[in-house]
Amino acid sequence: MNFKSDPLLGNHAQALQIWQQRAELLSSNLANADTPDYLARDVDFRKALSDATSQGNGEGNGDGPLQMAATQSGHIGGNNASTAGANALAYRVPIQPSMDGNTVDTQVEQAQFASNAVHYQASLAFITSSIHTMKTAITGTSS
Amino acid sequence: MSLLKIFDVAGSGMAAQSTRLNTTASNLANADTLSGSADTAYRAKEPLFSAAMKQSRGTQSDPESASGGVNILGVTESQAPIDSRYEPGNPLADADGKVYSSNVNPIDELVNMISASRSYQNNVEVMNTAKQLMLKTLDLGK
Repeated sequence: MNFKSDPLLGNHAQALQIWQQRAELLSSNLANADTPDYLARDVDFRKALSDATSQGNGEGNGDGPLQMAATQSGHIGGNNASTAGANALAYRVPIQPSMDGNTVDTQVEQAQFASNAVHYQASLAFITSSIHTMKTAITGTSS
Repeated sequence: MSLLKIFDVAGSGMAAQSTRLNTTASNLANADTLSGSADTAYRAKEPLFSAAMKQSRGTQSDPESASGGVNILGVTESQAPIDSRYEPGNPLADADGKVYSSNVNPIDELVNMISASRSYQNNVEVMNTAKQLMLKTLDLGK
């Protein structure tokens, strides 16, 4: 699922994808809350979103980083990381480190997961309202 | 679609925690089990967890492979000393009249039980939230 930057949806589609990846990461942290030596990880959202949007814009209006030109079939495309924010991953700094090397703080992860779910729904609401705007423009009646 | 992967991750977490609950139940049930020798005495069992990662840790920067569920490596037995006591009247007693009890510590087991049940509930909540988010995504634009 790879959204391109869209004049109608803005960067909410990319944001949605990052919230989704973050939900997966946080669920992994919570599942491994009792695994020895497990290091909790998280996504730096600001970095991930700027990476994702610059990737999407790069082809169109030249706002993003320069893309390498692939003139031969054997060329490897540069800067086309399949997932948004590939280098925006970070390790969580534990508040209370435990003796078994696990850095998952269950309460912190729960709070982050809940706030992540709300952010995801907010992005969904923004996209829905964009779709409603477009519907109104097409039909001329407010749905 | 990585929201679907949350079901796998949380599911593996639930499986791991229910294994832990199972061993705790077995340990508590056998807390007062007696045996005729130190070798056959019941030893407290404990599961061993490891993170199920696609790559070795430290080299990964791809969010897809950074998250993973829980593997159960196996069930280990406690090496705590086995208690013996003198009960010549017991049918299980050996030639010296000794019986051997288990090395289960009921306090450890109760703490383990509460921790496992809380972790299980956490995973259930994660799964519920993922389900709600997916259903809301299906309603996109309505």
